[in-house]
Amino acid sequence: MKKLTLRVAEITALSPLVKRFRLIHPDGAPLPLFSGGAHITVDMPEGDLIRRNSYSLVSNPYDGAGYEIAVRREDRGRGGSLYMHTRVSEGDLLTVSAPKNLFQLDLRARKHVLIAGGIGITPFLSQLHQLDILQQPYELHYAAHSRSEAAGLTLLPDAPHIHLHISEEGSRMDLGAILDGQPLGSHVYTCGPDGLIRAVADQAARLNWPTSAIHSEAFTAPPPGEPFEVTIASTGQHLRVGADQSLLEALEAAHVPVDYSCRGGACGRCETGVSACNGQILHHDHWLSPDEQASQTKIMPCMSRFKGARLELDL
Amino acid sequence: MTRHFNTETFRGDYTYHNSPEAIRRFPFPFDQDTYTYSVNIAPHPGGPTGSTFEFAFDVDEHYVSEMQDRAITLAEDPNRCQSLPHMELAGWDLLELIMVSKARDYPDLFTLNRDGDQWHWINRPLGIEQRFTFLDPATLPYGPLEYITRQTQGDFALLHERDRNLWLDAGMITSQADWSLDFDVGMNFFEWHAPVPKARQMGVFDKALKFLLAVEQQQAYRRLNWTMTVNPRLDTSPENYHKWGPEKRSITPQNVGQKQFLRVELQTFWRLPRSNALAFPIRCYLCCLEDLCTNPEWARRLHLVLRDIDPVLADYKGFAVNQKTIVEYLAGFSCV
Ligand code: FES
Repeated sequence: MKKLTLRVAEITALSPLVKRFRLIHPDGAPLPLFSGGAHITVDMPEGDLIRRNSYSLVSNPYDGAGYEIAVRREDRGRGGSLYMHTRVSEGDLLTVSAPKNLFQLDLRARKHVLIAGGIGITPFLSQLHQLDILQQPYELHYAAHSRSEAAGLTLLPDAPHIHLHISEEGSRMDLGAILDGQPLGSHVYTCGPDGLIRAVADQAARLNWPTSAIHSEAFTAPPPGEPFEVTIASTGQHLRVGADQSLLEALEAAHVPVDYSCRGGACGRCETGVSACNGQILHHDHWLSPDEQASQTKIMPCMSRFKGARLELDL
Repeated sequence: MTRHFNTETFRGDYTYHNSPEAIRRFPFPFDQDTYTYSVNIAPHPGGPTGSTFEFAFDVDEHYVSEMQDRAITLAEDPNRCQSLPHMELAGWDLLELIMVSKARDYPDLFTLNRDGDQWHWINRPLGIEQRFTFLDPATLPYGPLEYITRQTQGDFALLHERDRNLWLDAGMITSQADWSLDFDVGMNFFEWHAPVPKARQMGVFDKALKFLLAVEQQQAYRRLNWTMTVNPRLDTSPENYHKWGPEKRSITPQNVGQKQFLRVELQTFWRLPRSNALAFPIRCYLCCLEDLCTNPEWARRLHLVLRDIDPVLADYKGFAVNQKTIVEYLAGFSCV
């Protein structure tokens, strides 16, 4: 995987919990352009461990002068966002991946309906730039608990096709009203909590939208959880996965190589066979089908965890 | 650097020919004495100086004549270049990739000056100079895909990713090994590969699709594929089978060395930045048996590969009818 070493040019607080980081090439060289909805993976070294989180790019995809990401501080997360908030300063160098996109716009759409919940606004910020440049019709609905939490607010243009729904102010998002009456051939994109993604998919299905017109991205980083143990089938090696570590990170720390890309359970790259399982795999990915998850024969180490007596990986 | 471009034809009198240098750098595809279908993938570009892998888009002595042959094919059948409307952005991405690469790798042949979205392109071998506005199709004589692929050797497929699959939604296909853009446009990865024997059972496509979906920006890959063609014909399309199919029957022990060509496809895979589409250029290299056999190691290996190949593949690769003649010819070069 191609890596870039970039300098943190500017850190801006967008809300009490969300900071924006602007990254530029140390020599001022242009960065690879990208497509709306793309993300980069940031390396966060701590001691001899490297934690990696993926963040959506929020800057103009056609502007190679710099990349911008917005990071929400999760005090109960594994520490990735805390690292970004407390350990990274302007002038520091960060190692990041080249942009990748698992949430691209379908440019066949007659119209794009974008629905964001909370920090789920981030992938849409680059998509808005792209839609404006391509002059494709869209509307954006952005739901947040309060104005002060709506970090994306400062980055959004004041335009009639951008709708804000602040629940504290009594303006709740009405999915039925949003989706009903959209022109045939519209596509809907949701990013936010699982509940919102499901609600949009259900509503769209009720209105007979084709499934190929319904897109979503869950923006979760790997969840923390109870520590657990795994066994590597080929070597018999036992590994302990710490509470704040993902299984993928534990494998990397033990030099058991596993392929990855998104580190968010969406790309399928880290799929790993399970050769023995006595217990319950806690699937947190969006890649395996419900049947595959139930069979407990595959696991996505970037996101998923385990509870039980023995988990043996086919590695 | 001075370069020579052949004056030659890929139809009619077939004056196509390889110089000793072109033979030396021919991408001979076999690294073993037997052939099995495999997904043999390597990072691209990257290879010894002067090799066909050195640069992103190889420009060789056939460049000018190949572009003339493409123009003839397009004049007869404009449908060889198609782009569904949502693929125009991918066309611009490809245009940028090719112009930037060629101007960097062949500064004596190509120049690109960019001032914001005002671009100035000079293609010396083809005598083209063009000023245009990037992303504004009204400023080019053709759409971006057609414009740049009329100036670049090889076929081009642009693949759109959706529903965890890849869709052939745009392309410039004038030198295909017996497949048809008109028939395949809009198809997904599995549909357009359906005719390849054996591969499906071997799970090759599932793996290949998984690989392709994971191709990332800034890291391209390549693989080689091969087939056999009678006469140095680029346009071996199904539409024109009536023109080239009967030529298969013209092979005799006397002419097989000059008329039977090994056709190697250098396929590369690129993730494009703005569109997130995949570009799949398929570059074709042709070399007749007589020229190949100037390299004794190639003669020996090709003999074994073509003698022992699975009959189903010999049929699929289009040389079953001439296999005996070919193998006997090659046997004459083997001192085993
Ligand atoms: S790395 Fe993408 S699913 Fe695990």
